[in-house]
This record gives sequence, C-alpha cells and structure tokens, in this order.
Amino acid sequence: MDLSMRWLADYVDCGCDIKEFVAGMTMSGSKVECYEEEGCYLSNVVVGQVIEIERHPDSDHMYTCQVDIGEDKPVQIVTGAQNVNKGDYVPVAKHKSTVLHEGKPVKITKGKLRGVASNGMLCSLGELGLTVHDFPYAIEDGIFILGDDCDKTVGMDIREAIGFNDTKVEFEITSNRPDCMSVIGLAREAHATFNVPFNVKEPVFKGVDGSVGDYLKVKIHNTDLCKRYIGAIVRNVKIEPSPRWMRERLRACGVRPINNFVDITNYVMLEYGRPMHAFDLRYVEGGKINVRNARAGEKITTLDGIERELSEEMLVIADAVKPVAVAGVMGGEYSGIMDDTNTVVFESACFDGASVRTTAKKLGMRTDASSRYEKGLDPHECYEALMRACQLVEELGAGEVIRTVIDENYQDETPRSVEFDADWINSFLGSDIPEEDMKEYLSRLGFRLENGRVISPWYRIDIECKADIAEEVVRIYGYNNTPSTIIRGVAQAMRTPKQNFERNIKNAVLAMGLNEVTTFSFISPKYFDKIKLPADSKLRNAVTITNPLGEDTSVMRTTIIPSVCEVLARNYSYRNPECHIFEIGNEYIPVEGGVLPEEPFRLGIGVYDTADDFDFYSLKGIVEKIMEKAGVKEFEFERASEDSVFDEYYAFHPGRAAVVKVGGEEIAVFGELHPDVLENYGIAARAYAGKINMNELMERSSSEKLYRPLPKFPATTRDISVVCEAQLPVAEIEKAIRGAAGQILEKVSLFDVYTGEQIESGKKSVSYSLSMRSHEGTLNDEQADKTMDKIVKALEKIGVYRR
Amino acid sequence: MREQLKSIEARAEEELSKVSDSRQLEELRVRYLGKKGEITAILKQMGKLSSEERPIIGQLANSVRADIEKAVAEKQSQLKAAMAEQRLKAETIDVTLPGKAPRLGRPHPLNAVLAEVEDVFLGMGFDIVEGPEVETDYYCFEALNMPKHHPARDTQDTFYINENVLLRTQTSSVQIRTMEKTKPPIRIISPGRVYRSDAVDATHSPLFHQIEGLVIDKGVTMADLKGTLELLMKRLYGEEAKIRLRPHHFPYTEPSAEVDLMCFNCHGEGCSMCKQEGWVELLGSGMVHPKVLAGCGIDPEVYSGFAFGIGLERLTMGRYSINDMRLLYENDMRFLEQF
Repeated sequence: MDLSMRWLADYVDCGCDIKEFVAGMTMSGSKVECYEEEGCYLSNVVVGQVIEIERHPDSDHMYTCQVDIGEDKPVQIVTGAQNVNKGDYVPVAKHKSTVLHEGKPVKITKGKLRGVASNGMLCSLGELGLTVHDFPYAIEDGIFILGDDCDKTVGMDIREAIGFNDTKVEFEITSNRPDCMSVIGLAREAHATFNVPFNVKEPVFKGVDGSVGDYLKVKIHNTDLCKRYIGAIVRNVKIEPSPRWMRERLRACGVRPINNFVDITNYVMLEYGRPMHAFDLRYVEGGKINVRNARAGEKITTLDGIERELSEEMLVIADAVKPVAVAGVMGGEYSGIMDDTNTVVFESACFDGASVRTTAKKLGMRTDASSRYEKGLDPHECYEALMRACQLVEELGAGEVIRTVIDENYQDETPRSVEFDADWINSFLGSDIPEEDMKEYLSRLGFRLENGRVISPWYRIDIECKADIAEEVVRIYGYNNTPSTIIRGVAQAMRTPKQNFERNIKNAVLAMGLNEVTTFSFISPKYFDKIKLPADSKLRNAVTITNPLGEDTSVMRTTIIPSVCEVLARNYSYRNPECHIFEIGNEYIPVEGGVLPEEPFRLGIGVYDTADDFDFYSLKGIVEKIMEKAGVKEFEFERASEDSVFDEYYAFHPGRAAVVKVGGEEIAVFGELHPDVLENYGIAARAYAGKINMNELMERSSSEKLYRPLPKFPATTRDISVVCEAQLPVAEIEKAIRGAAGQILEKVSLFDVYTGEQIESGKKSVSYSLSMRSHEGTLNDEQADKTMDKIVKALEKIGVYRR
Repeated sequence: MREQLKSIEARAEEELSKVSDSRQLEELRVRYLGKKGEITAILKQMGKLSSEERPIIGQLANSVRADIEKAVAEKQSQLKAAMAEQRLKAETIDVTLPGKAPRLGRPHPLNAVLAEVEDVFLGMGFDIVEGPEVETDYYCFEALNMPKHHPARDTQDTFYINENVLLRTQTSSVQIRTMEKTKPPIRIISPGRVYRSDAVDATHSPLFHQIEGLVIDKGVTMADLKGTLELLMKRLYGEEAKIRLRPHHFPYTEPSAEVDLMCFNCHGEGCSMCKQEGWVELLGSGMVHPKVLAGCGIDPEVYSGFAFGIGLERLTMGRYSINDMRLLYENDMRFLEQF
C-alpha cells in the first residue's frame, strides 16, 4: 500500500518528520518498506514564462526563447519543441539542473545550439517524470505548458508549482489488517501510534429528488457470498478529467488517473479501503442487477479487454441477461464509463473474501479490488464509502446524485467483543503495564471498554481472543519496552540416537577428507536416464510436484546418486582438479496406498581426482572405515550385479562395482561410475560414487566397545604364496585361510597379486603375510607349521595351490 | 721400563691428538691397549723385575693404561659428537617448501552454523526434532490456523504433490506433530529443509532451511521469547549483538513479532548493507496462537508458549559475508574449502 503523506494530513498531523513517522509506524506494526519524495531526482527546475520567442537563425525547427524565471534578467533558451507560444508558463531546467531522460536523471548545463547560446532547457512531462495521465491537457511530445491548475509564480520550484512534491510511503500491510490498506486505516494507526488527534470526517451529500428504484432494481441471489449491496444513481453526468488534487493523490498512491468517475471510485477505495465500481446504466439491460453465481460456460470480457470463461462457483454482477462484472474482481468492458455516459451506477458491496480469492486466482487476475476483498471486509463501511463517492461527485460538479440509495441484505450485527483481563495480559506478556495505560492504548485504537469486555470497532475483523488484545496493548506500549527473561525450569535435552549416529558417521567421513555438500531434494526425471536406470526400475516411481518451477526440479529424488553426479559434473566443468564430496540427505520413496512417502536418510559419496591415484580400492577403504565407525562387526563385499536390490547398480561400471552386505542384506552400493554415465555428465575422468543406506546401517550398528587385553606373547609370522584361477575373488582365499587356521590366526594381510611371467596364463599368484599368536605362550615353529599345513590343505580343496 | 712406559704414554697422547676418524682411533686403541699392544708387551716383561720394583712398575703401567683408555674414550665421544653435528648439518632442509597435507573434509557452511545453533539450544534444554518434508496440508497450514483460502497462504508459494499433500513451506509443521504427540512442557527446535516456489536468485531459492523453535509450558511469556532470542544472538554473534522485536502477523502466533538484528556495519545508523534501515530482518516469532494449542489438545487457559522460525541461509550468509545464496547449493570445491 502506497500512502500519500499529503492525503494522510487530511486526517492526522503526526507532528514529526518523515523519518520519525516511518520508524514509529514500523514499530507499532505498520511496516514501512521505503519512502520517497516525489520528483526527488529533479533539481533546479523552476516555473518560467516565455516572454519572447523567435525562430532560430540557423535552424528551421528550433526556436530561441527569452524566458522570465524570476531573476533580474530573462534567460535565453533554445528549444526544438513546436508547441511553445509567447506568454506560456513552462518548466525551465536552469543551468546546472537535473531532469529525467529516458527514465534516468541527467544534468543540464548551458551551451550553444547551432551557434546560439542556450542557458537551460524547457521540459516536457516526461523530463519531469510525469505522463499525460497526470496532466491530461498536456501533450506527450512537446513542452509541458502549465495550465490554470498550476501555480504560475515565475521562479517557483516546479515541483511545488505543479503539486509534484508529495511524499509517498510504501507500507507492507499484513493480511490480517485489510483495514490498513487505506488512508483512513493508516491515519487511525498513526493516531494511536503518535497519540495525536484523529480528524473524523463524515461524508454527506445534498442529492436531488428522485427514486433510485425508478432506475435500478437489485436482487441478491447468493446472500452468503454478497453480505451487502448498496447502489446509487448519478444522472446527467459530465465525464472529464478529475481535478489536479485528486490526480495528484492517486498518482502518489500508485493509481493512474483516468476520468472523474473512475477516479472517484479509486479515490474512495484508497481512502476507505473499500473497492467500488461504477458502470453505465445504459448497458444494464432491463435496469436490473442480479448478484448471482455465474452459469456454466458464461463468458465476460473484462475491462482489460480479455474474454474470460466463468464457472459456477464464481459470483457475478449481472443485468437481466448477462454478467456485467466479476464480483469484487473486475468490471466488464462494455459496462464501463465512456465519454458519452449519461447515468452512472455506483456500486459499493461486500463480497465474501474466500470466494473473491478463489475466483481471482482461477481467472489469473489479482486486482486492487480483489486483494482487498480477499482478506475479508466488514459490510459496515460500504455505506460510508458510497456516501463519500456521492460527496465527491457533488464536490467535483460531475453530476446529480439521486438522494435515495439501494441497500440490500444488510444485517447490523452486534459488535464483537473479548474479555478484558489486565492481569492475564501482563502475565502473558511477562510485563508490568498499568491497567489504565492498557485502557488508554485500546481506546486510542478505537476499542471500547464496557462491562469488563473490549468491544472491537467494526473494521477490526481480526480481533478474536485475549491474545489479540494483548498484542494490541503491547504494540502500542512498545515490543521493546517489555523485559527479557530466561525460560524457567530445568530441562534435559540430548540428541536422538539417529542424530548421534549421523554426526558420528559424518565426522568419520570428514576426517577422511570428503567435503560435505547440500543439494536440492528435487531433480529432473531425466536424471534417471542419465544414471542408466532401466525403464522398469522402481526408482522411477517418484513423488512428483504438480506445479514445479521447471522440469529440472520436478520430482523428489528416489536416489541420491544423481545429486552426487551433478556435483561432480559441476566441479568438473569448473575445471576443479579434484572433487571429494558427500551428502547425508533424504530420499523420498512413495508408499503404495500411503498418504506421505517414506524419507529414508542416505549417505551419498562422490569422488574424482585427476591428480591423485584415487581408485575403486580407495573408495572401498572409505566404505570399510565407515562400517568400522558404525560399529558393524561383520560385513562382506560382493561384486554388484543385476540381482542387487540397488537399481543404482546400472550407474556403475559392471566390473568395478560392489555391494556391502551385513547379515546377508545389502546396505550399500559403490564403485566406479559407468563410462556412459560419465559421458552423460560430461566428466572426462574416472569418477567414483557410492550410496549407503543410513537407516539400515544404524539398525545394524553397535556403539558398544570393549577393551581387549594387549598380547603378552610375541606373534609368529609366515608368508604364503598361492596360485589360483585368475577369476577367483581373493575373498574366497582369505575365507579358506581363516576357516582352516582358527583362533590362532590373528591377521591376514594380502601383499601381492601377480599375473605374468612364471605364472600360467589364466592364473594368478596371491601372496599373504599371516600373523599367528597364542594367548597362552610363545608359539613354537612346530605349532606354526602345523597350522600352515592345515591352511594349505584347505586351500587345495578350493583349487588354490602353494607355489 | 719406567722410561718406556713414559714414552708410550707421550706417544699415545700425541698420536691421539692427530686421530680424525673412528677407524684410526680403533687402530690406535689396538696398538696400545690390545692383547698384542705395547702396554701388554711391557706387562709381559714384568717377570724380569725385582720384587721391589714389580709393584711400582705395575702400578705405573696400570695408570698409563688407564690414562690412555680415558683419552681414547674422550676422543671417541668427541668424534661421535662431531659426526652427529656433521650429519645434522648435512641434513638441513628448506622448511619453507610446501607441506604434504592429508585431505581434510569440511562441513557445509549451512551445517556448520546449524551445529552451533543446535549446541546453543541443547544447552538450554531444547530437544532436536525432525519431521517429514513431504507433508500434508493439515500440518503445514490448516493446523497452523491457516484454513484453505486463508490469504496468508499467498505469502508462501507452495509446491503441491496433490490437493492434500505438499512440500512443507515451513518447519512449523513439526510444531503440530510434536504437540500432538508430547505433553507439555515442550522445548524443541526443528531444523530442516523447506520449499517455496521461488525462482533461484541471489537471495531466493526454492529449497532452503529453517530452524523452528517451540516452547510450551505453564507461564511461558513473551518476555521469555525475547530473552531466549537475545541469548541465541549473543552466542552466535557476540555480546554486542542487539535485536529488536517488531509487530507483525503470522496466523499461528499472537502476538507475532519479526526480529531484526542491529546491523554490524553501522550499529543501527543505517548504511548500504542494511538498506539504510540500521537493522537486518532475521526471523519471525510470536506467542503460539491459542487456536493452534487447542487444536493440538493443549488447553490454552493452562499453557502458553512461544515459537520462532529462523532462516538458516540468512544466518549463514550473515556469518560468513556470503552475498549470493546460490553458492550454498552449487557445491563448488573452491567455495566449500573456504570453511
């Protein structure tokens, strides 16, 4: 809501400067976004009178003017405009002045135009930052010749002379205070804030004899959606521009002046916060107004020239035949005020907020009127608003108002009230505000106190309970004048096991050099193709946003892998030589028959490193350490395959991907990304990714740690080299070794895998260092040899032979 | 014999002074003190001496041997020290060459700041509670005193999954879920992702993070809200941090307040960083609306409470002087490694 300070001054004199006004209003609840003095970019532009004008000696389109600007001597100014005559009063930008050029401030200095000295510039409306809507008698492409509605004192600052010196203040009005979307509403707030008198003005008009019923009949068919409908008739109207003061105020409030009748409805809307409508009686067929629901398929061309199809839940103002306006939103094109309009119908009505909101939304047209109605307006002020409009018609001499008015479906409800309990308010606020002060604040805000109850003024539809009264009191008392206290009582708080687990794993991953990232939870459905998910993959069944910003952010991710790939790809495109990242975040998995999806939390890892020798086994090492940190005692790695529960398998190099199994269940998948996936993401380096199901990992984790005594006796080490089929996973060999050796075997370390010379083709040599130890005494050679024999025999059974 | 011993001692002393490495020293030791050395040779001739002379020469021989042994030992330690010094000298390196750093992972700045906020609240006895991001209209709006068609819904452009399910626009939904499940006293914060249909620019993102706070108990006051927020800001920004509460409207609190932090740059005077306001808008808060309490089965005549919602992005950007929100989601290594 833009407010004209000049307009506000009709109702209150705050007795302070603009800065104090803005601060005061903001702190009492009417937040000021910004304020601006009109035409503040203009400087050194004054009223001048052209006292002589002659053709430029060297130009056939320029003129040399002698202009009186109230100084000792007239100044000479050359102009190219064709509409200037001797005696005209014009805006003169003097030497060293600022005007607007194409919307931007520019400096004007003296100079020569084709050899003739010019000491400034005569200005057009555009150069002042105005349009012909502000001065309808002026022309767009010529000098602004001041009319009789301007002060023609030569030398006077132009802003003052033409009334372009108001201050406009932009307020952010919260949705509970539609009453403040008006000059009067803000004046009431200023009155309460600054404790200054509020000059109430009750609008009255004389009117002419006649019966409104002879012109118009109104019937409300839906009394729920239209709580009141008041109509007035103005006959013998004279359509013309409205006077300067009215245009000025509309402009300061951001509304474009059109003609006196349209301007009056807008003026009243801004002043009282009540949208009004004016239409031409000629086009109200049958002289009947029906406030009814639209009929299916009914159409209306609105004032903006667009034909719109209506639906049955929408409320319209119709004549005997067709809709002439969409109630509370916009009028119809053909019923608007024209230059030859003779009789005008003024409408001031109260429509249901929710209905107006739905209709405006559905039609995709949010107007000044709808934005006021939708927040809910009380039926009361309809009447005053209409009275004000009629008063303005007479003041402007714009027509004859029939004295009687139509007033349909009005029920004067008892005013709303809330219990007044000063002690409760203080205990709720933690304050110590004297009861008398509370009463004073409330009365300043227009509340009445009767029999221990606070009675709301009718425009305060937002007051419903004691807490509302507490807010009214404290916002005038000052939010920052209340004390600050610390909540009483002791409470014990701790992180949940899940939060602790997440922190624990996160710390481990950070310690291994991975940077944490934050990615969007929504992705493009195309990303499923990018990571090569099969067409029938369950992961393609995603939670879909019906109104996304774009396809890229239209489905909730069912897998964290594309998010990881995106980060790798972006860093690669930024030419970052390496990227080691992880994210702990949710996936969103639709639940068959459920309202909400599941949101399991996952650890996603991604790495590429063009400088270092990061490979599959580096990532495997990270995964191993995560398992260790999680306290998972037994887990195994297996080559990932199509049978994996992880459909992300397809994103990986089929020969370089593994799953982690705990108790036979897969809880993680990782590996080198498939060359196709890398190509899809534009990464020309090997890259690695992984996903760990954190919920599942947590279920299998253990934070239990028990000290094991340090060994008392030395260990015995034996090396063993074996030959086996190249395809055999070394994990099988290790399993066999451990199985055969039993407790005595403390550690198995693989130190070499070799294929090549001396090894039969299709075979490989694998070497281990075995560390054996007994807790009963030092192992002797005999014991160690015996164990080695057992191992060799066990290995032979699986086709692994000692070299 | 006496002269012989004296001359041995004198020669040994002289030769010893010329020794420059441990090999020469060993040779010298063997030559004088070894089994076939000169002193042994002399001792072997002792039998020829008279019984009076024998103890005297014997004593002398032993003392010469002890002297030479001592001198050799001294020389040995001298040589060792010299060698050690030489080695240390030879091994001098350029300590200004770059270090071989292990990789150090860094938490995302949003989470780094979140962890600090969480610690402050844990210290005040607030539990950390999580809730679903894909949420029903009921928990996100309806139960928060924003029925369908409520105009305040317009300020939160919502992503819908269907008519009834949406991406939560605020973590306030967790308030309701908590109050339904838990009896007062309640002290929680609920950090998490929220979604609004805002196009990405320097100050907007369709996904961002909020930290919701909720306190419900008997006798909780608006002064408590103010005190709690003041404490948080002092912990995060230092003792000189100043806040102000400004009346506002949220459907789920009454009274409602927006909370501004005094601009660090100008201390409230107004500058370009705070758009001349002297204050920077930080968060929304208020006393929980009685309707919201009653809707969750908590009697507003018995209990009262306050709630607040902090924008984590705003806190983080202020903290590290980050001027473009997009950086937080781009995950450029060059950005992440600054924290």
